This record gives sequence, structure tokens and C-alpha cells, in this order.
Amino acid sequence: MSTSHLTDKINQAMAQGRKAVMPYLPAGYPTKDAFWKHIEDLDAAGADIIEVGVPFSDPVADGPVVEQAALCCLEQGVTLGWILEELTQRRSAIQAGIVLMGYMNPFLQYGIPKLALDAAQAGVNGLIIADLPLEESDEIRNVLQEQGIALIPLVGLNSSMERLRMHADKAAGFVYFVSVMGTTGVRDALPEELRNALIQARQSFSIPLALGFGLHSPAQLQGVETVVDGVVMGSALIRHLDATGKVGDFLVPWMIAR
Amino acid sequence: MKKGYFGDFGGRFAPELLMPPLLELEEAMERIMAGEAFQRELTELLTHFVGRPTALYHCANLSREVGFGVWLKREDLAHTGAHKINNTVGQALLAKHMGKTKLVAETGAGQHGVATATAAALLGLECIVYMGAEDVVRQAHNVQRMELLGATVRPVESGSRTLKDAINAAMRHWIAEQAATHYCLGSAVGPHPFPLLVRELQAVIGREALAQFQERTGKLPDRVVACVGGGSNAIGMFHAFVPHEQVALIGVEAAGDGSPGCCHSATLSTGTPGVLHGTMTKLLQTIEGQILPSHSLAPGLDYPGVGPEHAHLQALGRAEYVCVTDDQALAGFMRLARAEGILPALESSHALAYVLGLSGTLPATVDVIVCLSGRGDKDLEIVRQALVKREG
Repeated sequence: MSTSHLTDKINQAMAQGRKAVMPYLPAGYPTKDAFWKHIEDLDAAGADIIEVGVPFSDPVADGPVVEQAALCCLEQGVTLGWILEELTQRRSAIQAGIVLMGYMNPFLQYGIPKLALDAAQAGVNGLIIADLPLEESDEIRNVLQEQGIALIPLVGLNSSMERLRMHADKAAGFVYFVSVMGTTGVRDALPEELRNALIQARQSFSIPLALGFGLHSPAQLQGVETVVDGVVMGSALIRHLDATGKVGDFLVPWMIAR
Repeated sequence: MKKGYFGDFGGRFAPELLMPPLLELEEAMERIMAGEAFQRELTELLTHFVGRPTALYHCANLSREVGFGVWLKREDLAHTGAHKINNTVGQALLAKHMGKTKLVAETGAGQHGVATATAAALLGLECIVYMGAEDVVRQAHNVQRMELLGATVRPVESGSRTLKDAINAAMRHWIAEQAATHYCLGSAVGPHPFPLLVRELQAVIGREALAQFQERTGKLPDRVVACVGGGSNAIGMFHAFVPHEQVALIGVEAAGDGSPGCCHSATLSTGTPGVLHGTMTKLLQTIEGQILPSHSLAPGLDYPGVGPEHAHLQALGRAEYVCVTDDQALAGFMRLARAEGILPALESSHALAYVLGLSGTLPATVDVIVCLSGRGDKDLEIVRQALVKREG
């Protein structure tokens, strides 16, 4: 698959007149077996791209819900190797694009060239690395690109025009816009300055823009709905899963017009 | 060398949202901290508030016992009782010049928290300190000191509830509150420019020790020894001596109870390269890259990473890193107390224990300087319990 596979997925959703829906779930949550059933359910419910969390012991960009979920996965012995092996077996049955989201050290210890090969084999379309800023990313981006895997950039409310331009030169797949100044986790309201920051980002990138961190209800998107091409939900999905044991129905309200 | 790197180690592996404040800090280091006016103000504070220069003390009694010259660089005599104050006064002053109104910090042993709270009080800044819940219990005395100085102490219940988790919490706080807040990082770890910033602020230790030793003896010391957790006292002590290749530099890490497979804190001796808390360094980790819990009797050494410059000095062969167990450190603590009338911090006791272990192996002409990074008052309860356990 080419690096544009994720872009295609989002464009297909937009062609259907809606935003791309991108749920996030840590690999192996709540149990190793149940996790893959939940991925199938998310896929069947219409997820355009599924973000599979690669658990890390020290997730500095995550809030308490994702952190606890990740630690639960680690206690069950989830490793990057297990994720890729399982995904290789199951990928053909999953329609959604697949992105691995994690932190640098587990990827680094796996070995970046091996990661690129095995991830490509497993049908991974992109990587999001929460603690890898632009300045440190060239080497890994190039290795991933050779295997057709996109390194998704994260930008936020404090990204200057200069940094947005620097990102735009290298961005592939889609751009992940962090909606709040903080860690992952549900917020009651999104910041007032978000709309202008999104418009600025929208003007800087030619690839789609996805909004994540803090989202729990489509109502939060009021005022920014015309600027965003996709939405990412993590902590709210985990809480829904904890409360109901299900994931598919969580996506229903997010199948919203753009 | 690539900017922000020490050889293969260092760099800036931080969330994108932290890049603007990291770049702002780097720019402030180059523009404000390098300026003459800032340096004059800092020197004034170090002299009259911190109490620098600290003494270089020749341990006559211990030297007789071990058969070679033992000297102590007395950072325990600095205000608040540890080298940590050199760094926090410098960073707080820089933060104030940058227009920040709040400091956020992490602490393990509590010494960095106390030093940050002290500098914040002095310079009129708000102060929030994250401390692992386990360390809050181990260092209750320092929690009280921080609160009396006006700081808010926030116990961290996640992970191993020690220093590494306090760093995670402080970084998360900084991501959210960066506009008005400076993250006063307590060791020579973290993303660039922190390892460089902390080293520059702690290098006063080694500069003074070098000048004091030369003035007293007319020569260079043969060995310079310091304990290494994150490694800020050690890198501060070593820096001035690095160009003098005839001076052996020895960092002493904590080996916990010393049993094979025990979680300990000897990162350079037993760790492997990886990325934690924004920097490429050596880590205690699984082969899958998960960070392992660490343990030491000395809370300030209880960290599964280490400053990247130490990893570089080790790779170059310029510094050697060795291990000392909890029991050996405790014996070092007791021996200095009895021989010289000084209660060392348990962290510094590791460095002392290594030197005392050289007893009878070196000629009388050899001189060794140990960085006594802090005083032991904070550790009295840990020492009492350890002695009870040993005797029981």
C-alpha cells in the first residue's frame, strides 16, 4: 500500500459526505483475545482508520485513562512483536486503515529497519510516535517511507506557522492536530482558540487534518466542524468499553456530516 | 557533534507540544544566561545565598585509615544541604528573566524539591513539586520543608511511584501549563537543552574543587569520584576535570541489595541504550523497551535512566562507572560519621563506599576527591530502619 492509503481512506469518508472516524484502542485491551474482537467490531461499525496503541511503561503524552489501559496491556505481556504477528494473521479481514500509535523506545528496541519491514508485512499504513518531534524524525521517516508507511505528524495549538510549514514539507497520510494543551483524556470543552489554530493548520497542509485528544461527543466539534476532516477518540472509547463491554455502538454518533 | 547530542546520546525526544518551550529555553540559555548581567546576578546569589564556594575538606582521619589522601567537596554545606541548590537558583533566575511566574519540578529524595521551593520563594515564583508517593513516605521531612517554603507537593500514584513517575507527571504538567511555567528539571537528564543547562549550572562544583585542590597542593588530584543517579552532581564535578586526562573520573551507581536479577539503579553498568524522558541514554529496560523499576536505599539514585553526557563519557572511556550496594553505602555512611563527624547523604555514601573499598590498594601519594553531594539529615529514618533490620 502506498503512503497515500490513509489519505485515501479519509477522502473516501469525505466523499460519503462525512468525517473520517478514527478510534484508538491500546493493543491487548482489555484482554489479548477480546482486543481483536473489538477491532473487528470497530471495523464493522465503519471505522475508517483504527489506531492501535503500542503500550509503553512511561507514556508522558497520555492522561490517566490511556495510561492505565496501557499498563493493563503490559501486565498481560503485550509486545510490539505480538501486535505485528497477530495483525499479519488478521489484516486481510480488516477494511480500515491501520496506524500504530506509541512511543519511541519500544519501536527503537524492536529495530527501525525490522519494524518497517514487519509493519509493512502486517499491513500497517502509518505510525504516530508521541515523543518524536520533527527534528528527530528524518531517519525513521525515510526508513518507513521505503516500505510505504507514513509517519503521521502531530501538531497543536502552540505550533507556529514556521513549524507548520516545516511539517508540511514532510507530512504524509494525514496530520494529527492535538486539540488541547495537555495530555490525552476527555475534556468538557475544547479551547476557544482551536478554530483559528485549525484554520491556520488547514492552510498549511495539503493532506487531511484529523482532530484528537479530549473528544467525547460530536457536539464538541461545533465551530470547527468545517475545518476538520477526521476525528480521533481514545479515552472516551476506553471508558465506553469499560462501562458497556462493547465498542461498535460508540462510533454511531460520530458518523457525522462534514 | 549534532546539536543537543553528546556523541550518540542526548537529543530531544519530546512531544511536539513541548518543542516551543524547549526551543524558548534553548534560546534563553544562549541569549540571557550567557550574558554578563545574568552571570553577575547568579554569582552574587551563589556567593551570598547559596554559600559558595563550598569547602574542600581533607579527611585526615579517613586518609590515615585507608592509606591515601581522601578529600571531600562539601556540597552538603551549600544552602538547603545539597548541590541541588546550584541548579535551582540558576534555573529560577533564568525563568524569572524569561517572564515565567511558576516553577514545576519533580523530586526523588526531596532535595531537588526543597531546592526548587527555596529558589522559588527567594525569587517570588509559584512552585509545584511532583513526588512519587513512595518517596513522599520515605522523605516526609523534606515534604514538610517544601510546604513550609510555600510549595505545593503533589504525590504521584502511578507506575512505580518514584522519581521516574514524578518526572512523567511534571512533564505532563509542563505540556499543559507551558506559557507561564518553567520546568525546573533536577538532574542532567531530559530533552535538550536540559542536560546542558544543568551541567552548566552544576559545573561550579568541579571548577571550585580544581582551583581549591591546586591551591592547597600545587597539583591535580589523581581521582575524582561522585555518585550517579541522574548524574547532576557527578557531571558538575567531572566537567572541569574532563580535559585533564591524567585525572581518573569515577561515577558510582547504586546496585540496590546487590542480588542477581534484583531491580537496582546501576544504569551505566547494566543498562542498554534507549529513549526515556526526552533523551537517548542508557536505561534499565526490557528487550521490548519497557522501562524496568529501579531501587536504591538512596531515593536520589532510584532512577532507571542517566544523564546522556555520562553515557557519552563512558563510551569514550573518559569516565569509569562502578556499582556499590545498599549495605556498602550504609557502611560508608557510618564510617564517615564516626571518622570525621559528617553525616553524608545516602546518595553520596555510595561514592564514599567505593573510595573506602580501595583501602590499602593505593600508594600514600594518591589523592582522591569525593563529591559529598548532600547531607544525611534527610536519611536518618532510612538509616535507622536499615540498621534495625541488619541487627534484627
